[in-house]
Amino acid sequence: MTSMDHTFQPSPASQEGDLNVRELDAMCVNESELQHPWWHNLKYSAWGLLFGIVFVKAEIISWFRIQEMFRFESFHMYGVIGTAVVVGMISIALIKRTGLKTVHGESIHIPDKTFNKGQIYGGLLFGLGWAITGACPGPLFAQMGAGFSVIIVTFLSAWFGTYAYGLLRDKLPH
Amino acid sequence: MLETLKQPWPWYVAGALIGLTVPYLLLVGNKTFGISSSLRHLCAACFPGDIKFFQYDWKKEAWNLFFVAGIALGAFIGAQYLSDPEPIVLAASTQEYLATKGITDTTQLLPSEIFSWDQLFTVRGFIFFVVGGFMVGFGTRYAGGCTSGHAIMGLSSLQWPSLVATMMFMVGGIIMTWFILPYLLTL
Repeated sequence: MTSMDHTFQPSPASQEGDLNVRELDAMCVNESELQHPWWHNLKYSAWGLLFGIVFVKAEIISWFRIQEMFRFESFHMYGVIGTAVVVGMISIALIKRTGLKTVHGESIHIPDKTFNKGQIYGGLLFGLGWAITGACPGPLFAQMGAGFSVIIVTFLSAWFGTYAYGLLRDKLPH
Repeated sequence: MLETLKQPWPWYVAGALIGLTVPYLLLVGNKTFGISSSLRHLCAACFPGDIKFFQYDWKKEAWNLFFVAGIALGAFIGAQYLSDPEPIVLAASTQEYLATKGITDTTQLLPSEIFSWDQLFTVRGFIFFVVGGFMVGFGTRYAGGCTSGHAIMGLSSLQWPSLVATMMFMVGGIIMTWFILPYLLTL
């Protein structure tokens, strides 16, 4: 397997591998040498299920909680995100320290993210949208699941937004 | 037990479980946590066209779609079987402020004054659903991640570009909440 550290190229002239395309503007790409039957993916659904319950029960999908957060009038969301970061950080440190492998015995690799201006412009744009909709992409799925059917419109628009980005990507500053 | 589960869960329980997603995904399949990419995989799966950005083997990232499907199902279970009949408890100052904008219904997680079908074809509804959604989908991909990919996974793995992105999320949210939403809410 080649290095997964990816150098950002706005308009690559050369033929890139499939992984390189997937890695563009993405935090979460993975390359496993292992092939599994499709039902192996259910272990992600199982965790997603727990995640969805947490989203509802801790009111993370609530538009009100996002308002409180951006108005600095409640600690709740800062507590949630802060705890998640600390737990994630300790977990990764432990995995690196112990050289723990996946359940299938692969060594764990976390790709590095290179800086580009998209993190500034895109981040700002997402922040503006987050405060309006009260949802980042995860909560969008949860709001629909929780029965707020009109969020289907928000979701479709977000999907289209991602498509529009792909369409315009070469023309945008990075 | 069930009664306890039906109460709103405290931030440290939610934060810890969300944080544990990071090692869970790494350990069961070498996956890095991120949710906004699911929207990209949906583009790659449904209408890649001749856009290079969507021309990859999305099936290799299908786990991400299984994950978000789980989120929707989990939210259904949470709302259907574990829901708390009490109105959401908001900070008094937030509640007072929203009341001045005509938002008083705190019985659900989203205010019915905005998030209902009959609002969709109003100017405000168009901004909240269509424009807002577009900014979330476009912005997260442009930034290369959302709250999960950058703020949680990125910060957990000490990547400074993710810190930049997270700060910009906050800047955008603060600008919208303090300077633009007060006007949008009254449309």
